[in-house]
Amino acid sequence: MKKNDLILIAVILVITLASIAGIRLWQHNNTGGAATAVVTIDGVKYGEYPLSSDVTERIELPDGSYNILNISGGFAEVTEASCPDQICVKHNHIKYAGETIVCLPNKLVVEIEGGEDNGIDGSTH
Amino acid sequence: MSNKRIAFLGLFVALAFVLSYIEYLLPLNIGIPGAKIGIANLAVMVTLYTVGEKSAIALSVVRVVLVGLTFGNISMMMYSLAGATLSLLVMLIAKRIGKLSMTGVSVLGGVSHNIGQIIVAMLVLETESLFYYLPFLIVVGTITGVVIGIVSNLITVRVKKVLSF
Repeated sequence: MKKNDLILIAVILVITLASIAGIRLWQHNNTGGAATAVVTIDGVKYGEYPLSSDVTERIELPDGSYNILNISGGFAEVTEASCPDQICVKHNHIKYAGETIVCLPNKLVVEIEGGEDNGIDGSTH
Repeated sequence: MSNKRIAFLGLFVALAFVLSYIEYLLPLNIGIPGAKIGIANLAVMVTLYTVGEKSAIALSVVRVVLVGLTFGNISMMMYSLAGATLSLLVMLIAKRIGKLSMTGVSVLGGVSHNIGQIIVAMLVLETESLFYYLPFLIVVGTITGVVIGIVSNLITVRVKKVLSF
């Protein structure tokens, strides 16, 4: 390994870790009480589920494949899926704005939308 | 191209195919879509530094098509072709500039492979939210790139000895 390699690796890691921290901070600040999990299949909106109420939804696709979305305790997760790679099932549960669970084989995306709360509890005019 | 080089290229194509199969059997399941160990890149790297640049391009294309037809489907082939093309292009440029050793070139290859795949996934799924995975994918690509780079360097030294006879 040359010195240039180490510089390259260090630069990549510093930039990415900084942006991970930035994204996290932004997500935490943009998540309000009215956050919802939005499910899209192949770019078409399938449904919206508020994180405040617990629900288990079996999402069936026309070709027979399925994903089971579970919302409990303010978190959304995919608990079961027919896809071969199971990346969506292994994915951690999500709750912050912008977080997603993706199932590429089923073209399914679960995304959190952060509600209207922008961090300001109240304002006077 | 000497007979020896042709034989080695054939050997590396077979090796890339087998390594892709191993990768398919042992997916890196850390909950990030598109994250891969990229062990097939070992064969690409060694070919790039021993047999030649044109051969490395040929190997990449043949590998993606073979693996796609055997284990995957057309959409999987599209993802890996995007990743493989971008990664090979970046590695070729990095190698020609000559400021980095095999480790650095391999890191750039791993990172750009993951970037290529996530871009295609964003286009296919029509969602920009996948963008959030990018920093994680770059970190994963860097770590696997270092390992693959060090191992490719060990293999390249030995292959070069045989080729120079």
